[in-house]
Amino acid sequence: MTVTRSGPLPGAGDDSAPAVYDVAVVGAGVVGCAIARELARHRLRVAIVEASGDVGDGTSKANTAILHTGFDAVPGSLESRLVRDGQARLLAYAAETGIPVEPVGALLIAWDEEQLAALPRLAEKAARNGCHDTRPVGPTELRRLEPRLGAGALGALSVPGEAIVCPWTTTLAYATQAVLSGVDLHLDCRVEKVRQGDPHRLVTPRGVLRARHLVNAAGLHADTFDALLGHHDFTVTPRRGQLIVYDKFARGLVRHILLPVPGRLGKGVLVSPTVYGNVLLGPTAEDLDDRTATGSTAEGLAALRAQGRRILPALVEEEVTAVYAGLRAATEHDDYRITAHPRQRYVTVGGIRSTGLTASMAIAAHVVGLLADGGLELGPERPLAPVRMPNLGEAFTRPYEDAALIARDPEYGRLVCHCERVSRGEIRDALDSVVPPATLDGLRRRTRARGGRCQGVACGAAVRAQFEEARR
Amino acid sequence: MIVGAGPAGLTAAATLAAAGAGRVEVLERDPAPGGVPRHCAHGGFGAALLPWRPLDGPEYARNLADAAVRAGASIRTGVTATGWPAEGPGPAAWEPGRPEERVASPAESLTLDVTGPGGLERITARAVLLATGARERPRSARLVPGARAAGVLTAGELQQSVNLYRMRGDAIGRRAVVVGAGPVAPHAARTLRDAGLEVVARVTEGQPPSTYRRGLTTDRVPVPLLAWTTVTGLVGQGRITGVTVRHRGGRTGTLACDTVVFTDDWIPHHELARAGGVALDPATRGPVADGAFRTSVPGVFAAGNVLRGIESAAVAAREGRDAAYAVLRHLAGAPWPSRTVPLVVEPPLLWVSPNRIDAPLARRPFLLRPAEPLGLPVLVAVQDGRLLLRTRRLTALDPSRSVRIAPHWAHAVDPEGGPVVLRTR
Ligand SMILES: Cc1cc2nc3c(=O)[nH]c(=O)nc-3n(C[C@H](O)[C@H](O)[C@H](O)COP(=O)(O)OP(=O)(O)OC[C@H]3O[C@@H](n4cnc5c(N)ncnc54)[C@H](O)[C@@H]3O)c2cc1C
Ligand SMILES: Cc1cc2nc3c(=O)[nH]c(=O)nc-3n(C[C@H](O)[C@H](O)[C@H](O)COP(=O)(O)OP(=O)(O)OC[C@H]3O[C@@H](n4cnc5c(N)ncnc54)[C@H](O)[C@@H]3O)c2cc1C
Repeated sequence: MTVTRSGPLPGAGDDSAPAVYDVAVVGAGVVGCAIARELARHRLRVAIVEASGDVGDGTSKANTAILHTGFDAVPGSLESRLVRDGQARLLAYAAETGIPVEPVGALLIAWDEEQLAALPRLAEKAARNGCHDTRPVGPTELRRLEPRLGAGALGALSVPGEAIVCPWTTTLAYATQAVLSGVDLHLDCRVEKVRQGDPHRLVTPRGVLRARHLVNAAGLHADTFDALLGHHDFTVTPRRGQLIVYDKFARGLVRHILLPVPGRLGKGVLVSPTVYGNVLLGPTAEDLDDRTATGSTAEGLAALRAQGRRILPALVEEEVTAVYAGLRAATEHDDYRITAHPRQRYVTVGGIRSTGLTASMAIAAHVVGLLADGGLELGPERPLAPVRMPNLGEAFTRPYEDAALIARDPEYGRLVCHCERVSRGEIRDALDSVVPPATLDGLRRRTRARGGRCQGVACGAAVRAQFEEARR
Repeated sequence: MIVGAGPAGLTAAATLAAAGAGRVEVLERDPAPGGVPRHCAHGGFGAALLPWRPLDGPEYARNLADAAVRAGASIRTGVTATGWPAEGPGPAAWEPGRPEERVASPAESLTLDVTGPGGLERITARAVLLATGARERPRSARLVPGARAAGVLTAGELQQSVNLYRMRGDAIGRRAVVVGAGPVAPHAARTLRDAGLEVVARVTEGQPPSTYRRGLTTDRVPVPLLAWTTVTGLVGQGRITGVTVRHRGGRTGTLACDTVVFTDDWIPHHELARAGGVALDPATRGPVADGAFRTSVPGVFAAGNVLRGIESAAVAAREGRDAAYAVLRHLAGAPWPSRTVPLVVEPPLLWVSPNRIDAPLARRPFLLRPAEPLGLPVLVAVQDGRLLLRTRRLTALDPSRSVRIAPHWAHAVDPEGGPVVLRTR
């Protein structure tokens, strides 16, 4: 079980050392971790190399957390196939590992005649994407399904298969299972250069990591990394999505994911419950050129509130819990850019746009297939080490309400974060886990501590004290 | 059953236990009783109740807790009231702007769900006093845009970090900006200095606070105050490196800092109230309550900062004491009002508390807070077109402090009439 954050890499500076990996996956987002986990089914030496100090610290931590059906993908595209396949895989995996999923279903709401007229076309497109259970909903039924909806909705298309999921636990579950199954995870280890050869040499500030096969899962930097290997097939344009998270008291206002009808102005703003029991409003869509611009803007937030007021007027009266922004890895192409370069023993997994969380497990299976085609000897399959993740979902029993658990260990009855009702026991477990958090934000993604309506006013100091004590 | 061992809850507990109210229990989620004063290292507490000497926060908290225990109340710490079984004691959902009322039935008992290291419990009481206090809205709730980076705090988190967990210097930061002009801002600045940080500036959107204008600032070294200045965003990657500001007239700038402390902008800890279907007042965001601290749910009382955000500890403690008397009357069989008259404010007034009038019991002064500074306004109270009060304030109103309004006029409120409207003229 190897997770490193500092010090020289295995075999660094010493080319005679035995540490040559069969595969190095660059990038520990949800996609890279899924690929490493899939590779761990085989007797291979696999490393994940991640620039940040934690897994899922890029786009994977900041999305709308919907487990898509893929109903609105481009029919026939790779994305359409992998989203559909990925949804089925992740649903099963979630049930097995304790990743919270709530099958709330979505309503694609038409606010004007033009949008209403577009619904049958969308239903047809959904069918072509293998999603056959959509159905039209008239205004009266719509009001019954969503009584708090703003005035003026003319009808909707129901997409019952859409669900909400915990993106943090998903990435962490993949990483945890990969590491438990023998994958080495090297954090705080940005790949700066690649010296091609057999093995390839990945140059990082912590030394050189050698690997025979390479996977580029670098998210927003997939094109830059591709260039290191001489490829210029696409350019990533970060498309920012700002989101507002509303307080848990808003959860009762909405029952489904409320999707806008995609129009000339892009996909539009949605209102969605989260598995943590909050309500999301967003995202915006702004094409930028700064791949670090994850800040929110006054204009963006004002625009969201204006749209939110129309969709669900009572929502904007509720307290705001958090505001964040994510960057989609958009490219000039309408599909994922997953390309094998067999002669280089290299696979690029680029342009994983706004569905990568859903598709992650299917992308992983696809990529492992491409690696094998490119000469990677997979050998026989073996079972992965089992994992069971703490379930952060509000719809599931949480430790603070589990009498038997508290009776076994009173630390689960000692609440530290009151808004999210996180106990000392859960924080202790996270700090002691296979892939422990490096920062307080990493701890938040594992436990929800400090992530509630007070954002640490009441618990910030106590959580931090426990975090720092554990690191000493 | 009292939820919250701050000044309000502890004083209520002491009063109830001393009056022989039966079993009096205080639940406190923190590891020690005392509420906010427990992490206020500065003096200035308790002048009203303990007249001999203003105490520092922890001393004051200890005194209140000792007094409650001496009187016979039991205080259980590390124990959180998480909600009410099933749908709670009151109407299922609160509608913003549409407070509901419920018909009285004083015999009802009330049950709370509780989590602590000892396990889960359901505690049933004849009366529940919510004394859960208030908190500052964090940066996100204020929709301050920009970077999502480390170094952003509220005064509450800062005070706890420095005074309870003894964090110093770089553990907090180096250069700080304090946002807000209310009474807590100077304490935040001082705490930052005690921890070894340089306080670059205090920023307030409005005019300088009155204490500043009157030269009453408690700062040893005055912090530069930027009035009429809005924080427009936070900049930085990983850790903030500055705040962007817009001054009056539109001039903009950036204050370099690695720490920002947001103060003011209080919101009651109303979660338990709301979870129980206790009606909230849209203006205070605390439970609707009459002069006897009675909420919309029979048997549920509320006192202290949970009613409306921050006042001094003395105000919270006095409310706790008075609420205890109201609880005693209830336990002795006094009927719960089936109808009280709403008291609402019009802008530029922000809120009033109590915000329900039960005319025969209108003995308690009203606290009133404006949304903006008002120089010597005329206050008017009107019910169904009938003038109940017309008075000129002899001091200016300031959004960082409440003023007290004598209750005499409230006896003239028609208990069957419409809402009473309080406005300035
Ligand atoms: C606003 C928004 C909403 C979204 N909503 C949804 C949704 O509802 N459902 C859904 O399925 N998907 C959604 N997505 C898409 C989903 O979040 C992404 O597709 C997915 O997270 C991409 O994962 P990734 O692993 O490719 O990228 P990332 O998570 O960005 O991971 C890439 C990693 O590579 C690392 N890296 C980069 N360069 C290097 C280097 N040189 N060396 C080492 N490491 C490097 C980075 O640090 C990063 O951690 C949304 C995205 C956004 C922005
Ligand atoms: C920085 C700062 C400086 C101040 N300085 C002064 C000063 O100098 N002089 C002065 O007079 N006043 C001062 N005050 C104000 C004073 O602290 C408050 O008015 C007073 O604490 C309010 O008392 P309270 O009982 O209403 O609430 P709190 O003191 O907030 O107590 C509420 C208690 O309820 C507990 N609680 C909440 N929910 C639950 C639950 N579900 N289960 C169990 N327990 C729960 C909380 O943990 C808390 O302990 C200051 C306040 C601040 C923030």
